[in-house]
Amino acid sequence: MTFIATERANRLGLSSLDSVVAFVKALPGVDAVGLEARAANLATRSIKNSSKMAALDTIIRLIDLTTLEGADTAGKVRSLVAKAATPDASHPDTPRVAAVCVYPDMVEHAVAALGSRQGDGVTGISVASVATAFPSGRSTLDIKIADTRYAVEKGANEIDMVIDRGAALSGDWETVYSEIRAIREACDRGDGTHAHLKVILETGELATYDAIKRASWLAILAGADFIKTSTGKVQPAATLPTTVLMLEVVRDWFLLTGEKIGVKPAGGIRQSKDAIRYLVAVVETVGEDWLHPHLFRFGASSLLNDVLLQRQKMLTGHYSGPDYVTVD
Amino acid sequence: MSHMSIPKTYKLFIGGKFPRSESGRVYDVHGPKGVFLANVAQASRKDARDAVVAARSAQSGWAGATAYNRGQVLYRIAEMLDGRTEQFVAEIRSVTGASDKVARAEVHAAVDMWVWYAGWADKYAQIAGNANPVSGPFFNLSVPEPTGVVVSVASQDTAYSLIGLVSAIAPAIVTGNTVVVIANEAAPLAALSFAEVVSTSDVPGGVINILTGSAAEIMPWLASHADVNALDLAAASGLSTVEWEKAAADTLTRIVRPRAAFTSLSVDRIDALVETKTIWHTKSLA
Amino acid sequence: MSFMEYAAAPESTSILNIRPHYGLFINNEWVEGRGESFTSISPSTEAELFTVSEADGRDVDRAVTAARAAYDKVWSRMSGAERGKYLFRIARILQERAREFAVAETVDNGKPIKETRDVDVPLAAAWFFYYAGWADKLDHAGLGANPRSLGVAAQIIPWNFPLLMLAWKVAPALAAGNTVVLKPAETTPLTALMFAEVCQQAGLPAGVVNILPGKGSITGRALVEHAGVNKIAFTGSTSVGREIARSVAGSDTKLTLELGGKGANIVFDDAALDQAVEGIIQGIFFNQGHVCCAGSRLLVQENVHDEVLERLTRRLATLRLGDPLDKNTDIGAINSREQLETIHRIANTGEAEGAERWTLDCAIPDKGFWYAPTIFTNVAASNTIARDEIFGPVLSVLTFRTPAEAVTKANNSPYGLSAGIWTEKASRMLTVADQLRAGVIWANTFNKFDPASPFGGYKESGYGREGGRHGLAAYLAKGEGR
Repeated sequence: MTFIATERANRLGLSSLDSVVAFVKALPGVDAVGLEARAANLATRSIKNSSKMAALDTIIRLIDLTTLEGADTAGKVRSLVAKAATPDASHPDTPRVAAVCVYPDMVEHAVAALGSRQGDGVTGISVASVATAFPSGRSTLDIKIADTRYAVEKGANEIDMVIDRGAALSGDWETVYSEIRAIREACDRGDGTHAHLKVILETGELATYDAIKRASWLAILAGADFIKTSTGKVQPAATLPTTVLMLEVVRDWFLLTGEKIGVKPAGGIRQSKDAIRYLVAVVETVGEDWLHPHLFRFGASSLLNDVLLQRQKMLTGHYSGPDYVTVD
Repeated sequence: MSHMSIPKTYKLFIGGKFPRSESGRVYDVHGPKGVFLANVAQASRKDARDAVVAARSAQSGWAGATAYNRGQVLYRIAEMLDGRTEQFVAEIRSVTGASDKVARAEVHAAVDMWVWYAGWADKYAQIAGNANPVSGPFFNLSVPEPTGVVVSVASQDTAYSLIGLVSAIAPAIVTGNTVVVIANEAAPLAALSFAEVVSTSDVPGGVINILTGSAAEIMPWLASHADVNALDLAAASGLSTVEWEKAAADTLTRIVRPRAAFTSLSVDRIDALVETKTIWHTKSLA
Repeated sequence: MSFMEYAAAPESTSILNIRPHYGLFINNEWVEGRGESFTSISPSTEAELFTVSEADGRDVDRAVTAARAAYDKVWSRMSGAERGKYLFRIARILQERAREFAVAETVDNGKPIKETRDVDVPLAAAWFFYYAGWADKLDHAGLGANPRSLGVAAQIIPWNFPLLMLAWKVAPALAAGNTVVLKPAETTPLTALMFAEVCQQAGLPAGVVNILPGKGSITGRALVEHAGVNKIAFTGSTSVGREIARSVAGSDTKLTLELGGKGANIVFDDAALDQAVEGIIQGIFFNQGHVCCAGSRLLVQENVHDEVLERLTRRLATLRLGDPLDKNTDIGAINSREQLETIHRIANTGEAEGAERWTLDCAIPDKGFWYAPTIFTNVAASNTIARDEIFGPVLSVLTFRTPAEAVTKANNSPYGLSAGIWTEKASRMLTVADQLRAGVIWANTFNKFDPASPFGGYKESGYGREGGRHGLAAYLAKGEGR
């Protein structure tokens, strides 16, 4: 395996693949009970009523509105884009989401539907594409690279890759690193810019917090712009403790280098009150700076409607119902 | 041809050695009809202090020995004591005038007591400790541990000069305590011969320390000694212990009050000289 | 925190129905004490909450007499199964009134509602549930067959966990068949007085539980010196514990003491550091550090000292000090002016003796008693702040180089209540746990309590155990075959 050094690895004085792997293997462990207790404690924070609207709007701005189904069509993607841009037509002040997240062959439809509304998540709605034989990742590196390049060429702003969990679980961190590094290169557009890379660890398959911590560090060292919990296709998907752990890694990286890496919990966050707990975790672990589309995302589909219902309740003073938000 | 006997010098037993009292004092021990038997070292407060230092330095090692090993050592004491039965019978009789049968019964009871406690060494934790089913992801175990350095008073009743000593030592040391014991003042010969048994029984120096002399003189110093963890007065009935108990209270020293059946074989005796330690640890697959 | 502001979302006090005045609870009746009434204030606002009677010697005598009569005529004759049912009832009523008790405890004590709601009150109920089940199973408590109850138990509890300490004392005493005269702490009598109402609601026979508010020097002294008492259980300071131990010298009154501590929290260099940091915080800032088993001495391996301190101080910046009724409050009020002065006095020796002080930069409310979380580094083992119990949110940090040195330093204290160990290496954890001279060892966790888990100290931290099967031994005389 050829080692492609990264600036980040160099920064830690890690000049070979062996040294990168040795570094992540030597990371101190995580005590699961303590981590889960910390997450549970964060979940007890209650935010001010007056802050709730701002929190709900923040959640919307951080959503990667997602459709990742075998049955996806151009039409389905068009309605997803419409919803992303105008989540609640009855309340035009509702912010738009950060991104739409689709399969590679749907990227062109998303790009077309967005038109000039496409952007980087802040300037406009970003198009994120899963890639690398999502969700299992069980294919050859060539195909994964091709998958990635295709999505980038079709105009994806962001690539959500999956790591090789089999390699990680068998201790072959070399392969995990090298693949991420190769995909990161495949994200290059040739003009000095690159599609932002989110690295999906599929934490539900890594199973232990120690492995999740190692994979988080490895992904960052290999060039990830974001570390992401899950594909949404494996249970458990995002959990608060896992996200807290990944935020802690991102915090440690920031303290070490001054560089900010993003975190994306994805899958299983369906309710506003759950999402607010993630906001609390972000604020208390890495700080409010991270509540920015370039640094934090929710990978979700049904969360948006729940947030809209809560938002309507805040505005009208009475509880809303599912028929008052659009199905897609 | 007659053989001129060589009387034994009865000395203290501290840290595995047989020193004279640092004070140089001795006192006379007499038989039932007033016949002189021996000069016995009369321990001073400084001897008591030295004994506590010896007991303290031996304690962690003794507690750290395996329970199986402690049981072997206690059983070894029984063996050595049994082998010297005739000597102890004679000594007991010389001081108290007891019949051969009574003296022999006491020695046998003392041997049996060691055998009984020896067997507890690697079982006591199983009956005194347990897992605790706490409500949460925790492994939780309570185990008995020796309380540390125990000061005990052997029975001062001359009818119990050996068994009253053994019952003041065995329940303490079986779990890993070390002990400083005040022997029967009027009938100390068995105690001092018992020290010889101890010194030949693989008992690490300092685990058992035996002082002869006046409990009334020494005990205030031992009771108030901050480095003593427990005061075992189970066999001290007839002595005035209240002031000792008060002195011990100042450093929260554990106190076992005088009790009637101090020679009975009772787990209760072990219970009184242990601490319960409870250990929590997190449990998770993740 | 600009837009993500946490609620000043105080728990409503409307649920509380505090009476303007409380008497003594003797023989299931409220009676006026003959001592001087005193006022209970809220430590977070200094507002006067209610007045309460104080029991003097004559009142103590009356309560002990009532407890004795209840013991002789009712409680000691009742079957264990029936006694157990009363305890189950009490547990249920505590659960039903949990919210009310949580608010009351927070108002009276100053500790955060988060803790009273999630720790004090649910654990108190759990304590009664646990011991309720023992009442008819005492033959299996490991004390021999037919263990006997002792009689009248005098119980004196501290102000740091008022209701919980009551539960720790009352539940096993009643399960074992004893009757109780309990003195709550002078500054925190409210939940004990509310507990008296619970006893009434549960239909507990008169005289089984008697509650006597008052000062330690008056009510407490009269209670421990009363000749009619068979058992004394005290939780509080080591100095008072000594006095009580002296007062029972020469008597057969059974005594258990839960006293002070200076718990070592040992962090090895291979520890899961973020969790260790949480554990350090839980160890010393839980309940404002008003915890006898607090991890008040942090022993950190020298090679990770700076990293641990950096993580710790960064994490502390997210702690919220203020209105204890606010559900987001992490650090509440110091229980009393007197305790606040004690904390100041001892902490001030820290700098004087050469340690470096770090104090959390946080707003301190105008009224009430407050002490910002404080950490001393560069602490020498000989410093006062490394030796004396501060009983406040003040952490002393010492370093060690090897596991053996950690054990030696941890054990180098007249106390021996608790200790913490943070390492990912199981063999080291177990050996260190073996060698620590402390009654409760938390490995990779801290300040966890459970009714099934025995709690109590070595050395000057007291004697006897509370909780678990072992906790029953404090209230029973051994039976046959032991």
